[in-house]
Amino acid sequence: MDTLRVLVVDDETGMRLAVARVLNTYTVRLNDPDERVFNFAVETAESGEDALGRLATSVPDLLLLDMKLPGMSGLDVLREMRERRHDVLTVMITAYATLETAIEATKSGAHDFLPKPFTPEDLRVAVRRAVRHLLVQREARRLAEEKRQVRFQFISVLGHELKAPLAAVEGFLQILKDGSAGSDPAVIANVVDRALTRTEGMRKLIVDLLNLTRIESGQKRRELGEIDLREAALASIETLASAAGGRGVTVALHAPDRALFVADRGELDIILNNLVSNAVKYNREGGRVDVSIEPSPTGWSIRVTDTGIGMTPEDRGRLFEEFVRIKNDQTRRIPGTGLGLSIVKKLAQLYAGAVTVTSEPGVGSTFTVTLSAPTSRSLPS
Amino acid sequence: MTSASPRARVLLVDDDEDFLFQHRIQLEHSGFDVKTATNRTDAESLAAEFQPDLAIVDLMMEQHDDGFVLSHHLKRRHPGLPVIMVTAVTAETGLSFAPASPAERSWVGADAVLAKPIRFEQLRREIDRLLAPGPPAIAGPED
Repeated sequence: MDTLRVLVVDDETGMRLAVARVLNTYTVRLNDPDERVFNFAVETAESGEDALGRLATSVPDLLLLDMKLPGMSGLDVLREMRERRHDVLTVMITAYATLETAIEATKSGAHDFLPKPFTPEDLRVAVRRAVRHLLVQREARRLAEEKRQVRFQFISVLGHELKAPLAAVEGFLQILKDGSAGSDPAVIANVVDRALTRTEGMRKLIVDLLNLTRIESGQKRRELGEIDLREAALASIETLASAAGGRGVTVALHAPDRALFVADRGELDIILNNLVSNAVKYNREGGRVDVSIEPSPTGWSIRVTDTGIGMTPEDRGRLFEEFVRIKNDQTRRIPGTGLGLSIVKKLAQLYAGAVTVTSEPGVGSTFTVTLSAPTSRSLPS
Repeated sequence: MTSASPRARVLLVDDDEDFLFQHRIQLEHSGFDVKTATNRTDAESLAAEFQPDLAIVDLMMEQHDDGFVLSHHLKRRHPGLPVIMVTAVTAETGLSFAPASPAERSWVGADAVLAKPIRFEQLRREIDRLLAPGPPAIAGPED
């Protein structure tokens, strides 16, 4: 059982005592899954000034505020609370709630009204309603805070991911500046190539980041049209042909002659490029990649199988999180931003689909993306 | 210009290939004989055949404490070998340690600790200090 603190502000002693008597013996049981139970500890104040004084030192969970007070009115108190950023769920007690005062009070942050005179049951109903609202409000705040933390964490990791290659490039420039690279053109070319590799990595990270932001914000207009998945997959394989060739990896496509699907071609390209690129990068020398496009009960599935290093079940669990790259001796030299699969997952969701993976260490991995139909833009949060 | 022997052997260990490449070039340019390793195991076997005069090891490689372990192993098998530990741990966690006293030095297992990003002159100064003849000086706090 949780105890909620209630501050009752009324200039009539009888009213303060009556409210305290009712609430001190009242218990709210919620019918939610947690079946939470609340009781109340009532404090009282006889004027607005008195109330503000109390709020300055400790903030109650709930405020029952009389509209008509000597000195500062209830509305004055509400305005002053807003000014001081005291955020307390407030129920206004009022004998003559005109529409104007009600609007004014609501604008100033009042949540509900309790017209005078009221019965103990009226009070209990109003307080019960306020408690429900309070809990919803707190839950919403908790979620917002959680989201903010996730965002902070994302930005801090991103900062690190950008700083590391920048430091490396600075190191290379420093070597060229201080002459330690000597005058051998081959050595100098090596230094420049390494610096370029790092700037290329940064560029890819920024491109991925922009894609991710665009997908999440839904700002980019989707250009939906009928596309041929076979043709899209061939284009992707072509794009990665030199990377695959460089490692002696064979890429094969298994698809019907036409695999028509309504989609944004750019989004499909990002999905295919990420999956095929991963299958090449994490493959063994001379391995193979099979890209299969098959009809599914709800649409299409794209399956990309490699004969690469594979991964453990623990690694698989973290794979789709942002900036997660599986770190081991085999992956250390493989460049990547750690955002690709997170992007693929979000894009699949835009087609009411999903991405799944099966894998065996040392044998290979299979990534399957299912696509149903383009959904309306916003992603499930 | 320097008290260090011009062909002193330096073992450089870091899992960051760019770091290795950059510092190998700069150390070689300064006249050192440099060998590099990207992990603890390779570093230990390399040390046995190369017999370095000084080792520079990164703290966090495959394991977060690889540098500590490597430094202890190196010092046990090669008594008197000066070890400089380089680490980005301060930049990443705010945790800072510099072995200012012999007790702390024996806990860290290194003769000097430099925070990444390191300037080459700074590294060079520590190398010269540690390779200087005479009893090893106590590492001063970093600037």
